[in-house]
Amino acid sequence: MRTDTPSVTSPIDPFGPEYRSDPYVFQEKLRDLGPVVWLSEYGVWACARHEEVVAVLGQPEAFSSRAGVGISHLGRDRHWRKPSILLENDPPDHTRIRTALMAVLSPRNVRRLREALEPQATQIIDEALDKQTVDGVSDIALPFPLKAFPDAVGLTPDSRENLLVYGRMVFDGMGPKNAIYDQVMADADRVTTWIDAQCKRDALSPNGLGSQVYEAVDSGVLTNDEAALTVRSFLSAGVDTTIHAIGNALYCFAKYPDQWKALRENHAGIRQAFEEVLRLHSPFQMFFRTATRNLDLAGTDVARDDKVLLMVGSANRDPRLWDSPEEFQVSRHPTGHLAFGRGVHTCVGQMIARLEADVLLTEMLQRVESMELDGDPIWQPSNTLHGLASLPLRINPK
Amino acid sequence: MAKVTYVDNGHETVLDVAHRFSVMQAAVAQGIDGIVAECGGNLMCATCHVYVVPDSVEKLAQMSNDEDELLDCVVSERRATSRLSCQLIVGDALDGIVVELPPEQI
Repeated sequence: MRTDTPSVTSPIDPFGPEYRSDPYVFQEKLRDLGPVVWLSEYGVWACARHEEVVAVLGQPEAFSSRAGVGISHLGRDRHWRKPSILLENDPPDHTRIRTALMAVLSPRNVRRLREALEPQATQIIDEALDKQTVDGVSDIALPFPLKAFPDAVGLTPDSRENLLVYGRMVFDGMGPKNAIYDQVMADADRVTTWIDAQCKRDALSPNGLGSQVYEAVDSGVLTNDEAALTVRSFLSAGVDTTIHAIGNALYCFAKYPDQWKALRENHAGIRQAFEEVLRLHSPFQMFFRTATRNLDLAGTDVARDDKVLLMVGSANRDPRLWDSPEEFQVSRHPTGHLAFGRGVHTCVGQMIARLEADVLLTEMLQRVESMELDGDPIWQPSNTLHGLASLPLRINPK
Repeated sequence: MAKVTYVDNGHETVLDVAHRFSVMQAAVAQGIDGIVAECGGNLMCATCHVYVVPDSVEKLAQMSNDEDELLDCVVSERRATSRLSCQLIVGDALDGIVVELPPEQI
């Protein structure tokens, strides 16, 4: 327990409405205050610069995930769900689960998904181009991943909106018990029951990614319970994030039409452009680690059990690493961005996320001359995610 | 430190690379465009592909099964000298290694 007052403190509340009204301004303030800042509102540390975020993520034995990647300390506070054996776990236990999942999400298996995704993207863009005045979220960014990914996992076609509710629970549940938290948890029991049922072996269609996870039970690598929790990880992490990533991409191209033009004129590649979206408007902005012992972090004394907030969205705009970080430049090679994390917990589904964006943007690049904002975008209030609830757009066919 | 030479379409760049960095990391850190490394060295993307120049091949540690499988997914031709540069960790054994960049990574 901390008894002294840290020297670099801030009253900024990264989970509050003032911060959300202009997150990037507040991130800059935190970066400029120091490498490690005590957030007095919550009694946690915050690292808003790239260097320290990378340093922490590179030391899983010093900065644990098992005590939770949200603000709650899972050793002390009751968790709203059974802890994830992937996300909320540390090596060596984590390593076995992750290795099994990496085998299912092998590059070969991921590449195979492209074939099913392409006609889905075509249909969505067909419908969007018919309308031309669309909501970039409800007409494009939401339906595509919401069909593509659960199909790939082998999930029932029914009631998939529950995935959106659950995703919000997972990501907003990492924040403090504020109004957002209470709102997303309102239906927690019903949604959790539904999710748990979908993770059972007999609920998943054969040959999907979910069913392939269960093959690891047959070969003795995972227990049946572990397989269910591993499938639950797919359903937790695989939907909201990609919806936001694609929505944020459409937002960037609508706001900066010269960058869409640059793509169309082959001055940059689609995949490279998507990385720049992820850097500039990272869908998953921040999460925690917990110190496992008293240690020094960039000259600051961190105590055992202290929570450390890693602000990856801020790190991705750190001028200490990038020139003009606030600019959307499709020709930038934003290597080193942290939108998928870094280290042993780096997003295991990142190639699926890239594939989805690649397929959708490729379809759009062939058929969409330009797009522009058709009203004010509305950002979805969230404790840790950064994405749109609504994106009024005009998309102009070639 | 070790010297690593990257050959891109006949054009050579020689980098000084600290031990324990990978051939990929050095390339990405020092702006060599022909190595993309989408997944940042997590053995997921096959976009850090290089051809190791034959007389450097003996210097290398044997590849893992995972690397071998992933090399089947490279966009350019897979050759006997193909390696994923995120798996080539620089040490004394790799001093003087020469790698050729493939025509495409993505």
